Order: sequence, then C-alpha cells, then structure tokens
Amino acid sequence: MEHIVSVQFDYYLGLIVLFPLLGAIINGVAGPKLPRRFVHWIGCSAIGLSFVFTALSVHGLYLNAHEGDHGPVYGSIVYDAYQWIYSGGMELDIAFILDPLSAVMLLVITGVGLLIHIYSVGYMKEESGVWRYFCYLNLFCFAMLMLVLGKNMLVTFIGWEGVGLCSYLLIGYWYEDDSNAIAGQKAFIVNRVGDFAFLGGLFLLFYQAGTFDYVELYQYATTAETARLLAPVALPAAILIFIGCTGKSAQIPLYTWLPDAMAGPTPVSALIHAATMVTAGVFLIARLHFLFTFNPTIGYVVATIGTLTAFFAATIAVVQNDIKKVLAYSTISQLGYMFMAVGVGAFTAGIFHLMTHAFFKALLFLGSGSVIHAMGGTQDIREMGGLKEWMPYTEKTFLIACLAISGFPLFAGFFSKDLILWNALTNVHILSVPEAASSATIATLINSTSPVIESGGAVDVTTWASAFHWGFYLMGVLTAGLTAFYMFRLYFLTFRGECRADEETREHLHESPPSMTLPLCALAFLSLFGGWTGWPHFIPKGVPKWLGFGGHGHGGHGAPEYLDWMLGFEHWLDEAFVLSTSHRFAPLFGSHPYTQELIATSVSVAVALSGIGAAWAIYLKNPGLPKEIADSVRGLYDVLMNKYYVDEVYNRVFVQGSVKIGSFMHTFDEVVIDGVLVDGLAWFVEQLGKILRHLQSGNVQRYATYIVLGIVLFALAIRYYQYF
Amino acid sequence: MADPTAILGTMTALGAALPSASSFPWLTVITFGPLIGILALMLIPRDQTDLLRNTALLCTLGVFVVSLGVLVHFDPSVVAESGQVFAFQLTDGPVEWIPALGIHYYLGVDGISLWLVLLTTFLGPIVIYSTYSSVDEHVKEYMICLLFLQIGMVGALVSLDVFLFYIFWEMMLIPMYLIIGVWGADQRIYAAVKFFVYTIVGSLLMLIGILYVYFETGGAGGGYSFMFTDLAAVDLTYNEQFWLFAAFFLAFAIKVPLVPFHTWLPRAHVQAPTAGSVILAGVLLKMGTYGMLRYAFPLFPRALKTFAPYIAIVATIGVVYGALMAMVQDNIKRLVAYSSISHLGFCVLGLISMTPQGLAGGMYVMLAHGISTGGLFLAVGILYERRHTKAIEAYGGVAKSMPIFSAMFMIVIFASAGLPGLNGFVGEFLSLLGTAKSHFLWFDQPLVFAPESVLDLSATSGEGGIAFGGAMQGLPVDGQVTPEMTAYLFALVAATGVIWAAGYLLWMWRRVMFGPLDKEENRNLSDLGVREILYMLPIVLMALFMGVYPKFFLSRMDPTLNDFLQHMKTEVEREIPKSETTQGDDPETVPPARGTVIVEEPNDAWVPDRPMFDEDIREADDEE
Repeated sequence: MEHIVSVQFDYYLGLIVLFPLLGAIINGVAGPKLPRRFVHWIGCSAIGLSFVFTALSVHGLYLNAHEGDHGPVYGSIVYDAYQWIYSGGMELDIAFILDPLSAVMLLVITGVGLLIHIYSVGYMKEESGVWRYFCYLNLFCFAMLMLVLGKNMLVTFIGWEGVGLCSYLLIGYWYEDDSNAIAGQKAFIVNRVGDFAFLGGLFLLFYQAGTFDYVELYQYATTAETARLLAPVALPAAILIFIGCTGKSAQIPLYTWLPDAMAGPTPVSALIHAATMVTAGVFLIARLHFLFTFNPTIGYVVATIGTLTAFFAATIAVVQNDIKKVLAYSTISQLGYMFMAVGVGAFTAGIFHLMTHAFFKALLFLGSGSVIHAMGGTQDIREMGGLKEWMPYTEKTFLIACLAISGFPLFAGFFSKDLILWNALTNVHILSVPEAASSATIATLINSTSPVIESGGAVDVTTWASAFHWGFYLMGVLTAGLTAFYMFRLYFLTFRGECRADEETREHLHESPPSMTLPLCALAFLSLFGGWTGWPHFIPKGVPKWLGFGGHGHGGHGAPEYLDWMLGFEHWLDEAFVLSTSHRFAPLFGSHPYTQELIATSVSVAVALSGIGAAWAIYLKNPGLPKEIADSVRGLYDVLMNKYYVDEVYNRVFVQGSVKIGSFMHTFDEVVIDGVLVDGLAWFVEQLGKILRHLQSGNVQRYATYIVLGIVLFALAIRYYQYF
Repeated sequence: MADPTAILGTMTALGAALPSASSFPWLTVITFGPLIGILALMLIPRDQTDLLRNTALLCTLGVFVVSLGVLVHFDPSVVAESGQVFAFQLTDGPVEWIPALGIHYYLGVDGISLWLVLLTTFLGPIVIYSTYSSVDEHVKEYMICLLFLQIGMVGALVSLDVFLFYIFWEMMLIPMYLIIGVWGADQRIYAAVKFFVYTIVGSLLMLIGILYVYFETGGAGGGYSFMFTDLAAVDLTYNEQFWLFAAFFLAFAIKVPLVPFHTWLPRAHVQAPTAGSVILAGVLLKMGTYGMLRYAFPLFPRALKTFAPYIAIVATIGVVYGALMAMVQDNIKRLVAYSSISHLGFCVLGLISMTPQGLAGGMYVMLAHGISTGGLFLAVGILYERRHTKAIEAYGGVAKSMPIFSAMFMIVIFASAGLPGLNGFVGEFLSLLGTAKSHFLWFDQPLVFAPESVLDLSATSGEGGIAFGGAMQGLPVDGQVTPEMTAYLFALVAATGVIWAAGYLLWMWRRVMFGPLDKEENRNLSDLGVREILYMLPIVLMALFMGVYPKFFLSRMDPTLNDFLQHMKTEVEREIPKSETTQGDDPETVPPARGTVIVEEPNDAWVPDRPMFDEDIREADDEE
C-alpha cells in the first residue's frame, strides 16, 4: 500500500466516477423530454464508458506491476480531484485510489452494472417515465464507484450514504403503493442506524490518527510508535464501523430491511441488493483490514455475526414462498459467509466470494425477473412449476446459478465458498496461539514475522479459539447444505414438475426478449468460469506433481504458467492483505496442508450434493411431502415462516417506542415547559401586576398613607443602620 | 479541473465593475439599501400591488448583487493583529455618532459575518418573490416590513459598535412581530406576543450586561466607549464574567432557541406566513448563534469554560428532543420548526467544542440550515397555497401530481437530513467531529478501552516491549491522547440525530408525497409555475453547491475562526491573578484549568491568499 505510482492516466479514475453522474444528471434533468430510446442509450452508455475506462485503468495497473518479496506488486494509482473539506489539521480531498482491491470491486460494479442496465431496457419496457429509473440507476453506480474508489473514509462515506439514497429511491420506485414506500423508508432508516455507528467509529479513529486517508491510516497502524496509540481504540472503533457494515450489508442485527427491499424492480434487486451495495460492508472491512486484525476479538465478533447470519437467514429461506424473498434471504446468508471470511482474516476469500456471488446472485435475480415478467407479476413459487418448457434460456442459466451458489464442483461458488470454509477452520490469529501470544509485541503485529508463522508448521491454538473456528466451519458447512437445499427447492418448484399456473397466465408464458436473455447468458458464463481463478491449492500445487510436472514454485518461479493463473485471484490480492497474511494470521495445519484441504473440499461437495438430493427427493419426487413435513413441525415452521418475529419485535420496541416517547415529550413540552414554566411565569407577572396596580389607584388618601409608611420605614432604617 | 472559485469570480464581474474596495462604503450600502426600496414603496399607491412587489424584489435583488461585491473584495488572508479578537475588513467608520456617550457608527465584516450577511441578502429576494401569490392584503405594509427586517438583520451582523448592534438587534423584532401578528394564521396574536415578549426579556438582560461592560471601559482614564474592540479589551474578573456571560447567553439562547427556551418557536412558525417562517428560520435564529460567537464567547472566555459542559448538555438534549418532537407532529410546519431546534443543537455543540472543526461545523450548520430549512418552509408554503392546510394527513401521493416540485422538495429534504454531497452533511459532520475531539467539555477523563492494570503495567515497560498477555489487551496512553469520554459521548448522543432526522423527514415525506393518490383534492394539484421554480431553484442549487464544494465557504472563514480560537486559548489558559481568587466569596468557584481550546493553523494550500477580485492585479493588467 505504501507503493503509489503516478501514471499518465490517473484522471481515468475521475472519469470512471463522472460518467454515471453525467448520465444521471442528463436523464434527471432532460429525461422527461427525451425519447425513450435516448434515455436507454444515455443510461447504458454512461455505465458502459465507465466500464471501458475501468478496464483500461486496471490494465494499466496490471502492466505497472514489478516483482516484490511476496510476488508481483501492483501498487496503486491515485487521483486527487479537488480539496473538499479542510479544517485545522483535518484535510479531506475528493480523491480516488485504484489498487488491486478496488480494481476487483470496480470491475464487478461496472461489469455487472452494465449487464443489468441492458437487462433493464427489456424489463422496464412497459413502464412509463423510465428516465427516472435510469437516472436513479446511474446515480447509484456513481455512488457505488465513489464508495470503492475513495482514497479516504469520507469519500467512501459519501458513496456509502449515496447508495443508501439510491436504494431508497429505487425500492420506492413504484411509490404509489404504500408498502413499497414503507420498504424504502425502512431501508434508509435502518441503514442510518448503521451509519450512526459508522460515524462514531470515524470520530474515534480520527481522534487517534488525525486522518481519514486510507494510505495514511495504514502507515499510522503499521508504524510502531503510532500503532501503539491506535491499539486502545482499535477494538471500539472497529466494532462501531462493523455495526455500520451490518446495516449496509444486512447482517444481524440490522438485516431486516433487505427482504422488504425486494419491493423494488427486480434488476434493482440484482444490482443493488445482491451484487454491489450490500457487499460494501465486506469491502470496507477489507479496506480497513489493518484495523480489523489488530485485535483478535474484533475478528471473532465479525465472524460470529457472519456465521450466525448465514445460518439463520438460510433457515428462513427454506420456507419462503416468494421467489424474490428466497433470494433475499439467500443474499443475507451469502453475505454472512463473506463476513465469516473477513472475520477470520481471509480477506482474499471474502472478496473472491463477493465477486462470484455478484455473478451468480445477479443471475438468479435477473432470472427471477425474467420469470416474474413472464408470469405477469406473480412472485409466488406455489403458482409456478414446469416453466422449463416455456423459458429454456432462463431455465438453463438459472440452473447454472443454482449449481454455482450450491457449491457444485467447478462452478464459481464452489471455489469461493470452499476457500472461505477452509479458511474459517484454519486461519487463526497469532494472538490466539499461546506460543506466539506469549512473546508478541506490537512489532509482531505490524512488521516482523512471528516465528510461529515462519516455521510453517502446524500450530496449537487456545481451546476457545479452536472452538470458535470449528464452530464457524461446521455452521458454514451446515449452511452450505441448507443453501443447496433451498436453492434447488426454488429451482424445482419454479422450473420443474407440473405447471401450477392458471390458464390465463399459462397462455402468456413466454421467453424474455434478447435484451434480457443476453445478460443472463453473460452472467451464466461468469458463474461457470468466474471462479477458475482461485482453485483450491491442492489442485494446482498437488496435481501436477502427481502427473509428473514437478514444480510448485511460489509466484511462478519455474512453474508452468497455468499454475499461476489458476491461483490468479489470490496473487492479484496478495499484496493488498500481505500485512494480515504474513504477520497476523497463522495456518492451523501448517503451510502446505494439501491432504486436509482435499478432505475439507470433499466434505463440502458431499454436503452440497446431499442438499440438492434432498431437495430433489422432497420437492420433485414426492410433491406431497413438503406439506407433511411442515405439519409435523408446525411450531418451528411458523417461527421460520414469520422470520423469527424479529420484524415485529423491532417494530414494537424501536419504532413504536420512539413514537411513544415523542408523544410523551410533546405533551411534556406543551404542558410543563410551555404551560407551567413559560405561561406560568407570564401568569405570575400578571398577578403581580394586579396586586401592584393598587399602589396607583388615584386615591389621595392611600397615597398619603404610603408616604407616611415610607417615611417611617426610612427613619427606622437610618436609626438601625449603624448597628449593622 | 477548473477552479470553481475562478468561475464564480468571473460571474460576479459586477463586483469588479463597481468602485474599488477602499472608496466604496459597501456595508453601508448593503445595510441601508432596502431603505431606498422602502421610500419608493411609500410613494407607490397601495392598490398597485404588482408594482409594489416588483419594486421590493428589485430592491432586494440589487442589494444581493451589491453584497456580492463584499464577497469579491473580501480578503480571506487577513488575520487579526495581536491583542485583537477579530480582523474586520471593508470597514465603514468609525464615525462618532453620539460622542458624549462614546457611541460610534462602525461597520465591518470578517469571515464569520461575511457569510451570514450573504445568506441574508441571498434569501431576501427569494422571500419577496415567494410572497407574490401568498399575500394579497396590505401588500405595501408587508413589503415594507420585510425590507425593514432585512435592514435590521444585516445591520446587526455588520455593526462593530455594541450600541449600534443592540439597536439593529431590537429593530428586527418589530417587523417580525408585525409579520406574524398581521399576516399570520388564526392564532397569530398569541404567537406574535409570545415571540416578542420572550425575546425581549432576553434582550433586556443582555442590555444590562452591555451597560455593565460599557461602564468598565472608562476605567483607565479614557472616555466610555461602546466599540466592540474597546469592550473586548476590558479586563473582567471571573465573577463578573460569570454573571455577564449568563446574561448575554440567555439572550442568545432564547433566540437560537436552545431547549428549554424554545417554546415560542413552533408557535411562531406555525402562525407566521411563509416568508416570515423562511426569514425566521433562515436568518433570525442564526442571530443567536452569531451573537454567541461574536459577543458572549470572546468577551467572557473564562466563564465560558465553566458553562461549556452545561451548554453542551443542553445542546445535545436539544438535538434529540427536537428530533423526537418533530417525529410526532401532524403539522408539516410544526415538524420543520422542531427540526430547526434539532439542527441548531448541532450548531451550538460545534461552537462550544472550541476546536477548529467544531467551529467551522457550527458556522456551516448555520448557513446550511438557513438554505435547507428555508427551502423546506418554502415547499410547505407551496403546498399550503394549493390545499390551504398544513396537516400531513391531508396529503398523500402528491409526487404523482407535482413531479417537479417533488424533485426539488426531495433535494431539500435530503439536504436537511444531512446526506453527504448536500449542504447539511458538511456542517453536521464537522460539528460532531469537533465535539468528539474537544478538550473543552468537562473533565479530562481519557477514553481508554483497556483494564486499568494494563495501563499501569505498560507505563513502566520499556520501548517496544509491550507484551500481549491475552487476546484483549490495551496499550499505553501518553497523557491526553485519547478522547475525553464526555466530549465523545456528547458527539455520540448528538450523532443519533442522523437517525432521527432520517426518521421524521422521510416519514413525513412518505405520508405527504408518496403513497396512493387517494384524496380527490390532491389529484389535480398544479405543478410548480415558472415563478415558483425561479425561487426554489436557487435554494436547491445552493444546497448542492455547498455540499459539493464547501471549500468556497469554509476556506474564507477559517482564518477568522483561527484568530478566534487563538484568542480563546490565550484567555482560557491565562493564569488567574491571586488577588482575584481570594476576592470572591468562595475560591472554589474559580474553575481549575482543565482542558483547553484546540488551535490548529489552517493549511496554506486551503485558504486563498487574496480577495477573489484583486485590485492590484487588475491595475497590473490595465497597464499591460
């Protein structure tokens, strides 16, 4: 991160952000007057240009690489747009940074974003006033790009709140329906709760470090003298920022807005509520990895929340009947995996899953959009079934996505989810290794490699840490099984079996136009091959050896080129997280545990297959079985169906609570402050005046009395004054 | 990219065409400019309402254009001489007005008043333009009142003689009283009287305070003087400062208003006509915070140190209290009124933090609130003119029938809710940030998240040898390196305001603008006309500009704020003479000097080193 290159095309970063903003402005101002075709072109070309310049910039970054200690070093490209807020010692620029981490995010946002824009042209065909939609969508891309490109936390925060705004606007796109408007409002306010905590964390961090700049913060956290000052606030600051992330990324306890957010148009759900915005929290933690790995407690909190969210959301998803709700809970669950990954210090795995998830979840949502489109707006899977017949492209791509998310071998999700589960089990913070912790100093965490890591052997961790890691792993595997089950439940109920739709709907069933199926195919391609840049290590390292190829050199010394390529994703991000991998985390089974890795992979594949098998057996083979099962565990089923009643509790406690307090305060304000105190004072003055006015009655005899009284008092005063 | 400052500089070329800074009495012209309009209005027959309105509009527009001249001639790089609190520029005077009493006519601006003056002149024409359709009775008097009000507001901001300031200060009350009392809603008389009596009680306390300080100025053999610089030079004992601060602060706290002195505000807002509300929220409330910054804080710094934590408590309560109250209102205007209380809580909290960020934030909240709340009241006025009700439940689905209005209203709403990229965020963020790092609020309990024993242990251990005993360990703290717990908690509690603001604003928005268009009356609401767009658009654009490019504003106030902080730091840290501590009845009343003002020099690359329009450069260009 210390390596910053200045290159000729740094202003490309500005352009990447600018194009969507311009698109939003043009469509927002002139949209109502423009012909529909123009609106489409402006919206799509804005994000398209952004994509082109992203590709050029990332290519430039790639060419910029030079060999470092840990493989290639790409450095970063920085572009300062202008001075935003300076005040005293605080300096905030609108500045952007492109490094391997933001490069991945950028490609996902602009790439998937472009496909979804194109899809939207077909999907929103029957809507009037589509300019508003494209304006918001471009604005969203602008905000999201700000978020990931920001060189300081405040630029990220601009994007952070900006995506919240666009999410609000797009969820409530059909605002005539009160429930959509309520869903949008809920999303924004719940996110604001997270943002509040985020701000709290920012203040704490700024107080200590005096800067919001990521590069400067990194230096602050990795210099012995300053890191020591940061240590006391690392835990609270990181936890507060993490609460912000739970809001944006829909984790426990702030996940409740995401299922409701499905009220928006389906492409919006695909882009915002699956592929990009909701992953912002994962990205932010990866960005601040030097802070989040400072103290093992932070990691365990993050990973625990992630694991619990993954599991509970998956259980809810099993019983939902709305196609988009299933996908929504599935998104929450998958985001839980990502948090599990970044919690255990496997940032590369988290970002990898973020990318593959963007592919297959966007595909799932777009596929469901295609289905909803064909069904004339119905979202209930109980009224679907057998759609394979009418929608071949949608069905095939949807199947690919289901296989990918279930972790079926060679599909994208398999690689990333496997990497997360493997890391959840084996990636341990060195401070939870007693051997390392006993001799650890602040330097161990920032610039010197602990002997425990150096040795490359297996390590012993404390019992509680071991319990946590096994917990993450087992819950993760269990959730993987549930995921395979509910995804194939969805697939079978929607596309296979008997068609349960009524006659009228059935007549209208049709495959979607090419503007919708083409993005589906592109995403299906990515869901299939997008993960092939991150194979489990035992394959590229172990397999060639068995086959007699020999070399498994690190970073490509003497090894065949394809071996590097098979671990390309890891190599690309190596440099970004080198601090964590080389100083702060140790592998539980030592550095080359290919056998254990093979076992772990086999376990996840077996679990995924049994999940798929169970779904097949229950929903396709015996269509009557689901009802029987539901009846036999009615209580549990109801709890799941009602999403553990969390919404109801939140509503009762927080929403109604605030309103009640407000009402009480209102009464207090009117009666006590204004009534008793203010008006009371006025009343008192009035009464006093009523009494005192008798002094000036115009009655001469009274005046004479007052004069005499006055004289007497005066005389007495003089008489006794000397005795004071 | 092109420097927006330069673009704006060329846009205000009118300023350059006018006479040079030194020879032209800018401030006098701006202050008394509306007087020309008033005279003109007096000569126009009362039944020619269009002419009356246009004259007033033209007059305020003219004043606004001239005030841009102040902006282009203002030199941000000027700093106060040693011993002075503020560096005033473009001064008119001092001219002796009543020599026998030491009263002068003396006007000037610095980085603090400059922007408030511009805010006032900016809102002036907008407000007048907005009344074209809303007021049809007594148009002549109405316009005269509005113009008179503007004289009072600008005068109070630019006067450097405290007596003059007091005259302008009271002068604002009368037209506002009339605006509420004559053109207001049903309960206008009650609201107007409450507003008038409440504020004047505070003002009188301040008058007593002013007189007390005034009589101290003559001590050194010279004559008495009301000049601000002379008042600031008076050396007051702590006990004197204590009571004087209380008197001044109460006057300003009522004006702001801080909870619990706020009850006049919602009533006044609900009853006032739209124009009255806009000015009341936009400028009049800022007179309270401006007064604190200009008078109460620098004149009585050591008393301020004692009061600061209590003021911070009140301000923090105000943020949450105002927001909670706003949430349960069923009247849109009342809701906006309570939101003002919440926003000004941020402002006061920032000002009281005595950090560069907090001060800049407090100032920015004043400006941003003036724009965004002004916009909110205008929007409410637009709705009211169409439906003649301010009840939230009467609306619903209006976004469908009024799309242009809804776009503008939405931007203003989000500006008010503090969305980054719009103006509200910059101020709130800076205020809270400044508060969080403040050393000025209460005890210096450091904020450390580690067991006490670890701290002790680490204090003795040598360099680089801090062992991690377990998973959750803290590391050493050298003196005051972590935030004051109290200050941070104030910031954190106030930061909940971002949640509340989203809550009450979006809830209102949803009930008014979203949802089904199920009420017959709302179905045919006409969208904004050209005139309405013309007065809403500057507000919306300004909200955007202030959020996107705050440098334009902040960089021109930073040197002044730095001077101010420098002064406060010297005063607060000054050793208290022994004689003074023994003089009081109770020596304990002198606060121990714990915590202090944080001064940080503004970055040179940030503050412009010369006026936007530099005469030397123009002359040099002419010679070529």
